[in-house]
Amino acid sequence: MKISSEEVEHVAHLARLHLSASDIETFTQQLNSILLYMEKLSELNTSGITPTTHVLHLSNAFREDQVRPSLPREEALELGPEQGGSSFVVPKVI
Amino acid sequence: MELHDLTIAQAHQKLKNKEISSLELTRAILNRIAKVEPKVGAYITLTAELALAQAQEADQRIASKRIGPLTGIPLGIKDLISTKGIKTTCASRILEDYVPPYDATVMTRLRAEEFVLLGKTNMDEFAMGSSTESSALQVTRNPWNPAHIPGGSSGGSAAAVAAGECLGAIGSDTGGSIRQPASHCGVVGLKPTYGRVSRYGLVAYASSLDQIGPLTKDTIDCALLMNVLCGYDPQDSTSVSQNVPDYTAVLEKGVKGLTLGIPREYFISGMDPEVEQAVRTAITVLENQGAQCLEISLPHTEYAIAVYYIIATAEASSNLARYDGVSFGLRNGNEQRLIEMVQQTRSFGFGSEVIRRIMLGTYVLSSGYYDAYYMKASQVRTLIHQDFQQAFQKCDLIVTPISPTPAFRIGEKSSDPLQMYLTDIFTISANLAGIPGLSLPCGFSSQGLPIGLQILGNHFEEEKILQAGRAFERATDHHLRRPVI
Repeated sequence: MKISSEEVEHVAHLARLHLSASDIETFTQQLNSILLYMEKLSELNTSGITPTTHVLHLSNAFREDQVRPSLPREEALELGPEQGGSSFVVPKVI
Repeated sequence: MELHDLTIAQAHQKLKNKEISSLELTRAILNRIAKVEPKVGAYITLTAELALAQAQEADQRIASKRIGPLTGIPLGIKDLISTKGIKTTCASRILEDYVPPYDATVMTRLRAEEFVLLGKTNMDEFAMGSSTESSALQVTRNPWNPAHIPGGSSGGSAAAVAAGECLGAIGSDTGGSIRQPASHCGVVGLKPTYGRVSRYGLVAYASSLDQIGPLTKDTIDCALLMNVLCGYDPQDSTSVSQNVPDYTAVLEKGVKGLTLGIPREYFISGMDPEVEQAVRTAITVLENQGAQCLEISLPHTEYAIAVYYIIATAEASSNLARYDGVSFGLRNGNEQRLIEMVQQTRSFGFGSEVIRRIMLGTYVLSSGYYDAYYMKASQVRTLIHQDFQQAFQKCDLIVTPISPTPAFRIGEKSSDPLQMYLTDIFTISANLAGIPGLSLPCGFSSQGLPIGLQILGNHFEEEKILQAGRAFERATDHHLRRPVI
């Protein structure tokens, strides 16, 4: 077993997903077969090889810190499911 | 020939010569959509009224002799490209009612040409899939055989082009999502070099792999759309400020003097013999046109699927964290606590493939597993990139199949995610290396399903790729066949 059902439940929590008991069972089985397949990578010795994050060797894209037109607050707020005044409204955090 | 059978270049000539108006053309395509859409299901949202209004505006522009190559041309746009004031759902319940307040850069560029927007095309949810079956909103069928998938994730775009429901379409390609559906639907699709087309306004799946590109009836139309899509955009920090050539300029140059690499790792056991035969025949056609062929090796090909499904899901788990029911998109449940609201929203709003990939991506990035999975995959990605750089010292282009089989049947692979992932074997390496790749029709199976040929080039060598693709089209007629629907 690469991943246990307890680990699947933990990962779901990290990803802010709520899974039913039967979902956990299905995902445990599916993730196990996928992770077993990925074992393939351990055939390769990669010590000393630089990891690739972007293929074009881009450097940081700096720009002047200037004020430019942006989305008006009212328009941005309209996209949310619930608003109050100048904020999005969410259920209690604590 | 009916108007919906025209290519973009043909329609442009007719518009320019005043043989037809954009309004007539747009009406003809809308009629075609009304007729075949119940069987194909390519569009999530149709914008018929807007299309007719845009066509009239385009006609005014044409009357004042300011016609561009795309003016008045009706196109479909994949539903993960942000369209101001028009729903952009990503084929997901979580964005089912989301209306973006801004346009993606590619939309701004297309609108400047006064193209006609027909609607937003279906796709795998958040572009996660190879068959368009993971769309939460509808089923798209292959126009060549409704029992089969159109490919994915840009399945709606490919099916719409093949079915004459638009003259061309825009898709996105993270692991083959333009090229594979193009292959399965018998149309042309190009994934440009990473950084060539701005990703601003493209809903992110895996940001180091995603790239927008065209799906068309032939390579001429592909070049025309590339001319408009490509270019530097300060809004996308990974956009590249390199000159954009006129992609139509060298199209007819032929393949004489070009060396084509044929990688032995792309002709594997288990591959459909009809696919292998069609691709081998296509290689001979290119040789007869004057290309030299050379057997090459891309030794790390067999690791590409594992690398891709680690890197892509890791990036996805981070990109999709923004869907939390707070600032846009769906909110589900009337929970007492914030964390419960977020969990309920995400669990209800995402389909099972998206949840699976978020789970996998979260796992490979989690404490204790990062080095074994994400770091390891990023290192093997370097090896895959090096394979291509070494190959391109010996050859100009690389020619391979797109998919090991023609389009499979709807439902055939949906119960086993790993089997579905393995179908991406020939397309994902190009995304990992950031190189451009073209898919074009090179034959049909005995069941009448299209088979695609892939032509890969080095970074920013789209011209050479299109030149070879065009040489192949001139010698064959696969790209002229249309499905009977």
